[in-house]
Amino acid sequence: MRKRTLGFVALGAAASIFLSACGGGDSTGGDGGGEGAGFNAAENSVVNASDQTGGTLRYAIQDDFDSVDPGDTYYGFSWNFSRYYARTLLAYNPEPGENATDLVPDTAAGMPEPNEDFTEWTVEIKEGLKYEDGSEITAQDIKYGIIRGDFNGGSLVHGPSYFAQKLDADPDFNVYESSDPLGEFDAIETPDDHTLVFHLKESFSEFPNILIMPQTAPVPVDADTGALYQQHVMSSGPYKFDGDYEPGVKLHLVRNEEWDAESDPIRTALPDRVEVEIGVNQDEIDERLVNGELDVDLGGTGVGPAMHSRLAGDESERPNIDNLYSGALRYVNIHTPVIEDVACRQAIMYAANRDSMHRAWGGELGGDIATNLIPPQIPGSDPESDLYPSEDNKGDLDSAREKLEECGEEDGFETVIAAREGREKDVDTAEALQNALAEVGIEASIELYPASDFYGQYAGSQDFVRENNIGLSVSGWIPDWPTGYGFAQAITDGRAIVETGNYNMAELDDPEINELWDRSMQTEDPDERADIYAKIDTLVMEQAAILPVIFDRAMFYRSPELTNVYFQPGYAMYDYMALGVDRG
Amino acid sequence: MLTYILRRLGAGLLLLAIVTMVTFWIFYVLPRWAGVTPEGMAAMYVGKAPTPEALAATVERLGLDQPIAGQFYDFIRTLLLGTEYTFGRQTVECAAPCLGYSFSTNTPVLEQIVSRLPVTMSLAAGAAVIWVVGGVAVGVLSAVKKGSIFDRIAMSLALVGVSLPIYFTGLLSLAFLVHNWNLFPVPRYVPLTEDPIAWVQVMILPWVTLAFLHAAQYARQTRAGMLETLGEDYIRTARAKGLSERRVIFKHALRPTLTPIVTIFGLDLGLVLGGAILTETTFSLNGIGKYAIDAIVSKDLPVILGVTLMGAFFIVLCNLIVDLLYPVVDPRVRIAK
Repeated sequence: MRKRTLGFVALGAAASIFLSACGGGDSTGGDGGGEGAGFNAAENSVVNASDQTGGTLRYAIQDDFDSVDPGDTYYGFSWNFSRYYARTLLAYNPEPGENATDLVPDTAAGMPEPNEDFTEWTVEIKEGLKYEDGSEITAQDIKYGIIRGDFNGGSLVHGPSYFAQKLDADPDFNVYESSDPLGEFDAIETPDDHTLVFHLKESFSEFPNILIMPQTAPVPVDADTGALYQQHVMSSGPYKFDGDYEPGVKLHLVRNEEWDAESDPIRTALPDRVEVEIGVNQDEIDERLVNGELDVDLGGTGVGPAMHSRLAGDESERPNIDNLYSGALRYVNIHTPVIEDVACRQAIMYAANRDSMHRAWGGELGGDIATNLIPPQIPGSDPESDLYPSEDNKGDLDSAREKLEECGEEDGFETVIAAREGREKDVDTAEALQNALAEVGIEASIELYPASDFYGQYAGSQDFVRENNIGLSVSGWIPDWPTGYGFAQAITDGRAIVETGNYNMAELDDPEINELWDRSMQTEDPDERADIYAKIDTLVMEQAAILPVIFDRAMFYRSPELTNVYFQPGYAMYDYMALGVDRG
Repeated sequence: MLTYILRRLGAGLLLLAIVTMVTFWIFYVLPRWAGVTPEGMAAMYVGKAPTPEALAATVERLGLDQPIAGQFYDFIRTLLLGTEYTFGRQTVECAAPCLGYSFSTNTPVLEQIVSRLPVTMSLAAGAAVIWVVGGVAVGVLSAVKKGSIFDRIAMSLALVGVSLPIYFTGLLSLAFLVHNWNLFPVPRYVPLTEDPIAWVQVMILPWVTLAFLHAAQYARQTRAGMLETLGEDYIRTARAKGLSERRVIFKHALRPTLTPIVTIFGLDLGLVLGGAILTETTFSLNGIGKYAIDAIVSKDLPVILGVTLMGAFFIVLCNLIVDLLYPVVDPRVRIAK
């Protein structure tokens, strides 16, 4: 449930120059344990680089996987982890720093080739790849993996549905009702055993970004047992299940001898065994981590509050800590149908005291004050830009009053701030904003709603927002993939507005922004796309539809016994495929 | 005797039926009254960005749009007659007594309960031995040495034991005994059959933590009972006969004191067997209690029903055993019959 706090899975983006200021720590070293490598050392360097094989890599997690079936999972940690036994078409570049979120081939032989208008993509796959039983992996198996993940009549309910949205196929197609699912589904063609051709409904220049999703792992038609497949997934990676996956209890992996290291540039496959213990208390996980009784907290969202405050006050542990971007922007929606006049919305942008909201999020360690939309790790972000500057970020009340006059509300107005019940920091943010707005006469009352239905029935429901005069709502967002489109399209594109379960909560529907989104999907060059995203960022700020609060950070404890540790901003956690152990 | 057992069994079954209905009512009917739609319920079991089709399919698969009576009938029929489930192209049989499939993990509930039972049984058995033996012993000693320093310390400790919650004592012992001083291994459950020594090492802290709470009650109960009995005439008679003090205490005073103890013990053991939620959660033991709390958090209805039934079953069973033990403990019951 916790993972639902944000719209989508944890995916961030390449570390930028902006970040390195906080880097600090000394870089790499093959010293294998003992002294920590330095504060934030795993951000831009490989900590404890080593090629020592053997040992058992121990993971633990408090809450369970949504599913360990690669075709049925939507948690960031699960996307990262499932690569042990499920190879995907593409993968993030296995290195830290600036180029970490570049895409590289995994089972693909090369990068996908688009046609002229990005509606057709062709991918070749490597020859000679094998499953754990020695049988060969074919293009048909990858096609089947994709269609069973997205066209299953509701049998597999957890995964994302990008292929269903983008492929030019009948949305009601159901692999389990078709007698010949491969033959009847023609939006993906397999002209031979090693070629896949994808036919899309519309231009989608960032299609390769969805080919890193675990749904692109191969699944043989005969092995598919629907929702039961997760008990024992047919491995294509360096490890296979040792016994069944036991929900809520454990998942153990052993080496898959059929895996060929030569074919795989992204996995080190150092440990002999990988063990996940499920259902361990977060506090207990953190204790074990710091005491060397555990190697990695699988969840990848950082240590819990108790350990956070302990580590924050302990200088001696600093070298073992990475305090890095979680990939999320925390922000306040300014609902455009409720606060209709743009000048009134801008008054809120001016009046907001970003400094006090920053403190609500834990200050320095909690994250960085955000003054723009797109997080700093994503190309096209300009964290320096600030359309509503103020001294020490404490708010510019004079400009706010001017704007209020401009929209004819000199004396301010009344509105409601919606926030999620039980989300302490969201509520603190709302209170900080409430106080700041009161200074210019805007009377905001705070209403708390159940977190599980926040989007479905409350702040994400058009009717509810209008009926209850909800002008502001506190939320957060993590992209599924680290580009401007992956991050901001769903929350700023006018065509993404829906009646309930609305993620574009501000209901921003600006023709210029919509047009820019379309253009980005027809632009091949990533740098050009980044320019478009920068433009969209500025337009959203001008429209004052989103009040950015913070790019938040999570605190990771880096066990000194781990080797090859670096942060993969694409998942906003360590790259699990690189890790090994050295018990000294 | 046989009719007695059958009567008790019948009453037990009736109780199970009532428990089932009440649980069903709480988790199936109450949400409807609160205005939760079938789609709203289905949203618990699907991913973060479900399509309306996936929601509709889930509603249908789980029968959430059926009338309540229909759902209850299905549940009972499945329980008594078994059923079949379809996964992809595969059909899986769930033989009676089928407690259904978990909504969120797609695993058979009964199989999960059975696989977690050894953990809970290990916990219950070890803790029960400690709390009964320890509690009764302390209670007897306190009663015999009433007013002594031992008595006072023991009774204060008992008060502490009753009032401290398990997540406090448990976390404290984890933090110091395990993580700080490394006196005990990190609690990762090891089956008794695999490595008995490791099993004891891992379980000893959960046992003591859980037993501490119960032992305190037993000590106080035993002490009070003993004091009352020791004041009886027949004890004076026994002493006057010149019996040794040991014989007086253990043969004549302790035995009647045990009758109420055995009664509470039956209930307590049944409760713990049904899942010691706090202890299992604190020590990250994947027993029935942990299974129950996870299911409650994720509103996994078949699992909730399954563990509730299982818990009720254990209480009924333990009570039955206690009833059968009465005549052994208390001869007066035998005579009365």
